[in-house]
Amino acid sequence: MKNDMTSTTPEQPSQDERVKEMSGFRKALIRPELGSICGTVVVFFFFFLTARDAGMFSPQGVMNWSIVSSQFIIIAVGACLLMIAGEFDLSVGSMIGFAGMSIALLSVTLGWPVWLAIITTFILCLAVGALNGWLVIKTGLPSFIVTLAFLFILRGLTIFAAIASTSKTIIGGVRDVAEGDWLAPIFGGKIFTGFFQWMGDQGIIETFERGTRKGQAVVEGIPMLIVWAIILVIFGHWLLTKTKFGNWIFASGGDAQAARYVGVPVNRVKILMFMFTAFCACVFATAQVMEFGSAGADRGVLKEFEAIISVVIGGALLTGGYGSVIGAALGAIIFGVVQQGLFFAGVESSLFRVFLGVILLLAVILNTYIRRMITGEK
Amino acid sequence: MSEPIIQMKNIGKNFGAVIALSEVSFDVLPGECHCLLGDNGAGKSTFIKTMSGVHKPSTGEIFFEGKSLNLTSPRDAIVMGIATVYQDLAMIPLMSVTRNFFMGNEPTKKVLGISVFDHQHANQVTMEEMKKLGINLRSPNQAVGTLSGGERQTVAIARAVHFGAKVLILDEPTSALGVRQTSNVLATIDKVRKMGVGVVFITHNVRHAIAVGDRFTVLNRGRTLGTANRDEITPTVLQNMMAGGEELATLEGSLGGTV
Repeated sequence: MKNDMTSTTPEQPSQDERVKEMSGFRKALIRPELGSICGTVVVFFFFFLTARDAGMFSPQGVMNWSIVSSQFIIIAVGACLLMIAGEFDLSVGSMIGFAGMSIALLSVTLGWPVWLAIITTFILCLAVGALNGWLVIKTGLPSFIVTLAFLFILRGLTIFAAIASTSKTIIGGVRDVAEGDWLAPIFGGKIFTGFFQWMGDQGIIETFERGTRKGQAVVEGIPMLIVWAIILVIFGHWLLTKTKFGNWIFASGGDAQAARYVGVPVNRVKILMFMFTAFCACVFATAQVMEFGSAGADRGVLKEFEAIISVVIGGALLTGGYGSVIGAALGAIIFGVVQQGLFFAGVESSLFRVFLGVILLLAVILNTYIRRMITGEK
Repeated sequence: MSEPIIQMKNIGKNFGAVIALSEVSFDVLPGECHCLLGDNGAGKSTFIKTMSGVHKPSTGEIFFEGKSLNLTSPRDAIVMGIATVYQDLAMIPLMSVTRNFFMGNEPTKKVLGISVFDHQHANQVTMEEMKKLGINLRSPNQAVGTLSGGERQTVAIARAVHFGAKVLILDEPTSALGVRQTSNVLATIDKVRKMGVGVVFITHNVRHAIAVGDRFTVLNRGRTLGTANRDEITPTVLQNMMAGGEELATLEGSLGGTV
């Protein structure tokens, strides 16, 4: 038996002689973000050529697609970490409707202070997230089924609560009651407003030429929605790649049994990720309610799929254990830019769905191929 | 010779009316490879599961470093330094070698007062530990899925040794491997033994056992047929003991002595 199997002994080469041939290209391919980086470049290049004249890259245009992309990013970060932990949450869209309605009912209809309504709603959402996770763990059912049930339960409750208390499905007036509240601007406010006004005054960006807002900059400031998106991406990426807990997320989704065997608290990880997904949905809903000044019982329909699509475009595997928050964020940006870009380019908006279906299919095929490459399956 | 690390005395295990083990005695010295042989159903798995804390023995005693030991869970055994590498390895193919190596035991460091996964340290330790066992990883970040079966075994063994195994139980580590990978795993066992770890090597392949074993214990139908030193035994005798003597003799006749 040789005790030296290093590459210095050619008669007994080391085991990885064949995999060593892996090219730089293949190496780059197994980074989960690669597809979405290319996609982002292509999408921006395409719209820069076709929609620049329509104002897509003017300050207002940029703000327009940035906000839409940020919305996708916020829910995609939650869905991404949950998917890597090996589970799905199909109740995200209904959770958005539920959270928005909860804030509006508590603050406008019941007259609670807005900050209390927001905090109560966050607690409610986290509790529903925990319940989702607990049910999945306890019953051993696929999360697909459990959260599909909550998709209907939450949506039904939201509509029922709105109709029963106000006999309307849209509750307005949130903006008025949020006036002067300390917590509401964290979700609905804008930052750097002075800087943008200064840029307007200096003529760096355009100002309104007439009307009540004459002299004000066309872009008032950076909405908190975008700030939340950036914070969540940084937090999610840091959590996943830099912490011990991140390793547990990968392990729980990669092979829950193997992870349990070495002492990873898989159940805790999964339940926490369901709660984090609910938290993200609640951030989305709160920002939306503060921006619109109203809550609607039908808000957030299909958002769960949009989140999952963003995550898949971002390179995560539907089966769990592999993915990237940065990739998911880029997937969300592709999603947002294309949706708004087609509008700027004057393309019929129904074609957006065709695009979405095609890109989803391509992403899943690519991801499956990458998975085979990593695990060596045939 | 030094004191045994672990000593199993007259271990018996009943599952209801079924007697899975009876009066099995077994010990492991530091730095030796003690092979546990037996055909399927001989009680090998039950026996190592009593050693690794999965099953509680119905009768008999376990001594660890001279003291009586009462294992109640696999966790207990791991804490004591009894590590088991099962056939399914507890490895996650999509994760990097380092992430697998430290799964559940991640090293951390403080950055701005927050504790984070110390990747640099983890990568370094992984490379070093793998090198000790003769495997030069291309990169500690390569996915375990890209490794061969033998290399995966080595990662699992290196992990167990790094986290303080004094007794390393290997459950049929060579059963699913090709010829070269098997020889690499056997070389790994040899290296681990030289580090002073007591290795329990479970197999039903006599050739693999003879290649690295210092002592051999054969189980048959839940009973031990005795323990023999390396210089006291030949492969043919071991083979016959495993198969229960006469049955193999008739089989051998019909196969023309090729087994």
